[in-house]
Formats: sequence, structure tokens, C-alpha cells
Amino acid sequence: MTAYFFADTAVLTGRTLRHVTRSVDTIITTVITPVAMMLMFVYVFGGAIDTGSVSYVTYMLPGILLITVASGISYTAYRLFTDMQSGIFERFHSMPIARSGVLWAHVVTSLVANLLSLVIVVGVALLMGFRSGAGVPAWLAVAGILFLFTLALTWIAVIPGLSAASVEGAGAFAYPLIFLPFISSAFVPTETMPAPVRWFAEHQPVTSVVDTIRALFTEQPLGDGIWIALAWCVGILVVAYVFAMASYRRKTG
Amino acid sequence: MVTQSIAGPAIRVRGLKKSYGKLDVLCGVDFDVERGTIFALLGSNGAGKTTTVRILATLLKADAGTAGVHGFDVAAHPANVRASISLTGQFAAVDEILSGRENLVLVARLRHLENPGAIADDLLRSFSLTDAGARKVSTYSGGMRRRLDIAMSLIGNPPVIFLDEPTTGLDPEGRIEVWHAVKKLAGHGTTVLLTTQYLNEAEQLADRIAILHQGRIIVNGTLAELKRLFPPATVEYVEKQPTLEEIFLAITGSDNKTDATGTNA
Repeated sequence: MTAYFFADTAVLTGRTLRHVTRSVDTIITTVITPVAMMLMFVYVFGGAIDTGSVSYVTYMLPGILLITVASGISYTAYRLFTDMQSGIFERFHSMPIARSGVLWAHVVTSLVANLLSLVIVVGVALLMGFRSGAGVPAWLAVAGILFLFTLALTWIAVIPGLSAASVEGAGAFAYPLIFLPFISSAFVPTETMPAPVRWFAEHQPVTSVVDTIRALFTEQPLGDGIWIALAWCVGILVVAYVFAMASYRRKTG
Repeated sequence: MVTQSIAGPAIRVRGLKKSYGKLDVLCGVDFDVERGTIFALLGSNGAGKTTTVRILATLLKADAGTAGVHGFDVAAHPANVRASISLTGQFAAVDEILSGRENLVLVARLRHLENPGAIADDLLRSFSLTDAGARKVSTYSGGMRRRLDIAMSLIGNPPVIFLDEPTTGLDPEGRIEVWHAVKKLAGHGTTVLLTTQYLNEAEQLADRIAILHQGRIIVNGTLAELKRLFPPATVEYVEKQPTLEEIFLAITGSDNKTDATGTNA
């Protein structure tokens, strides 16, 4: 049946994408939190934070983009959970199709839905004064890193989507992920933090990803940071994928 | 992908066992289902009906015993089994956000059939869902949802269909609608394995009935054979009271059983 893997995945992705386009509210609620944070940080706290020559909205946009993805993937978990509960997942699994296509359809949909949310958030940031002199290669690099980051978080979302016992549980895992950028270089320079917090902030994945995207936006040299950021994304992706597939096998026998 | 018809019963189950931890759900289940017949697996909640169906539909692995569907062993050739079956689970497994027609087109495309749109329109017609076809399934009544569910199971003409408690949670009208759909199925030579906890449902639909109790088949036979297990009928005069269901159907005017137009949303 693997001959049909791409055809089946395409059909199933068409289905889940319709779930996104027919409940546009999921995109709106995904972007509303990051946009509200952006407004608050830029117009309330921002004036008190010294980010040197970089405007604050440009400084904090990379962190806001990661928060957007972190809140977006809770809908990935929710959509998968709903399919598990409604029995349609089992219906597909009892059909002569490439079974893994059912899961991949959710993953592809998650990437598309998050891309939409990210475009909206960047649009709002532009209205708020975000400017970047970055050229096409730098923007492609930003897109690539965000793609990898979204893919890694999507596979994390697959785990509760498959194994949660309630809708609340399926979505709740995203909260710590949304919170993580606050203890990073996303909103304030880490030098201002007390030593242990600073140590954590400088060694957690969000900081390296944020610093890399910020360097690309502001046309600064990337240094080793990009390799650390990529290593984190790939590492999280691999671990999440392994655990997600383990719970998938447990669910499907 | 179309599987060859293989001689022998459509479903053969021998010594099927399944436990969840210390809970023995199936303790050696045996039965055969002949081709083109409706077989009812009757039992109360927790008797093991759904577990049996899930094993036969390759969704669950048995601990011991063998099960064959359409001549294929479920453990050794699950892909062939899946090409021969269709499953309608306990809760109508339809996509709420898509329309009825889109649900049918989806299944037709997944079965790699030509003209999915035409297949969908035909089924909408034969299940009296044409008017509701363009509407989101979330607006459907329980009976309509089940009819759509069964219609989805028919796409690609699988030789064996599993219906797991097809009428649970339906009102009497919805139940009658579903019974009509099931009878129509068997009329086309499809083998139907039906699970139910309603005795009258088994009586209405099934050619053979097996009673699953505490993980074992305790009786298996035709309705006439099952009736012979009891002492011969004696003639008594009892005032025939209408059942509440008959009263309900008489008052609501739903005794016209062919009128399943699906406009009761």
C-alpha cells in the first residue's frame, strides 16, 4: 500500500486543511496572544528595555514568532485528539490506505497553519514599525529555521494528540512551551538576569534560535549560534518523533 | 488491490483471546459467518463485542487464536483484510466539519476509485441524503449521521462490513432508518457482522445470532434454533399492550418506514 503513500497523504491533508480554513478562528486565536504580547511589550515595557541601536519591535519579533508556533501547535494536538476521539482515525486505519498518511496529514497541516499565523504576525509587526534590511537569502534562512522549529514542535504536539485523556490535556502541554521564551534572550538581554537564571536562559533552545533569527533580521554575523540553534531543532525533532511514533504504535497495536 | 474471492466462510474466528492486564475480555471465541449473510453478535456492554470487531478490522492484535476475513488471516495479511472490509464503529466516524458529500468523496478518493463525485451522489441518493449533501455533517441528526456512516462503508463495495452497535444512541426513527440501510446491504450479497445489545435488532436483521457473554460465545444459531432452546410455547391469553416505542411512532407519525427523507434536522 505504500505505493499510495503520497496520494493518500495528499487526500488526507486536503481534509485537515479544510478543518483549518473552515475554522479560521483557530488561526485568529493562535495569533491573538502573540500580537497582544507584542503590543504590550512594545508600547508598555519596551521603553524601559535597552536594546541598543535595534528598535524594540525588531528585537523581540523572533521571540514572538516562536510563541506563535508554540501556541499554534496546541491546535495540532487538538485536531489529532478530535480525530482519535471521533473514531475517524480508526476508520482510516481500517481502510486499505497508507496508514502513516493519517499522521503525516496532521503534520503537514500543522506546518501550513503555523505558516499562516507567522505571516499574519510578521504583517502586524511591520505595521508596528518592524524593519529589516535582510535580503532574500537571510529571509530564506529565517523561514528554514522556523520550518524546522515548527516541525519539531509539531511532533511534540503529536504525542498529547495521540495519548491525551481529555481535550484540555491535549492543549495544556503548550503552556510551558509558550512560557519558555520569557526565560530567554527573547525580550530582554540575558546580561540583566541573576546568574542561575541567566545560565538557564543562555543554555536553553529558545535563546539560540531567537539570537540566530535576530542576527539574520539585523544583518549581524551569525557565528556558531546558528549551528547550536539547528542542533537544538534537529535534536528536539528526533526525540519528539521517536516518542510520537512510540505512542502511535501503542495506540494502533 | 481487489481481492480474489476465496472459498469458505467470509469470517472465521477460532479460539480468539484478548486480555487487558488482568481483565480477560475474550476467553476463546469461535464462530463462522457465511458469505452474504447478516450475523449478529449480541451481548451486553463489556461482553467483548467491540474487541472482537477491532481484532477483525486489524485495529487490535489478539493474544491467541486465529481470525480470518475473506480468506485472509488478520495477523499475517492485514493489508488484504483491510482491502476486503469496511468498518462502521460505535460512534459515527464521520467528519463533522466536512459536508456529507465531501465525506463520501474523501472515502472514494482514499479507495482510489474513479469519479468520486458520481459515487458520492449515487450514495446520497440511495440513503436519502441528497438534500442534506452540501450541509456540514455537524448539522445532521443522529440517524442521518449513521446513514452517512454506513454509506461511507459501502464505497468500493467491500465484501465484508462490520457494524459495531450501529443504532446505539439513536431514537426509534433513526434506528428504523439504519435497519433499512443494513437490510439493503445484505440484499446486495455483502456479508455483515453486526454487534448489538438490542435483542429486537438482532431479531429484525440477523440470519444468525451469537450471544457473547463474558468473553465466550454461549449460543450460536438462527433465530428459530435459538427459540427451540426454550420450552415449547404454550398458548396463553394476554392483553396485548402497545409498547412505548409503538406509541411513540404512532403519535409522531413515523410508522411510514420508507419515509426516511432525512429532513428531521
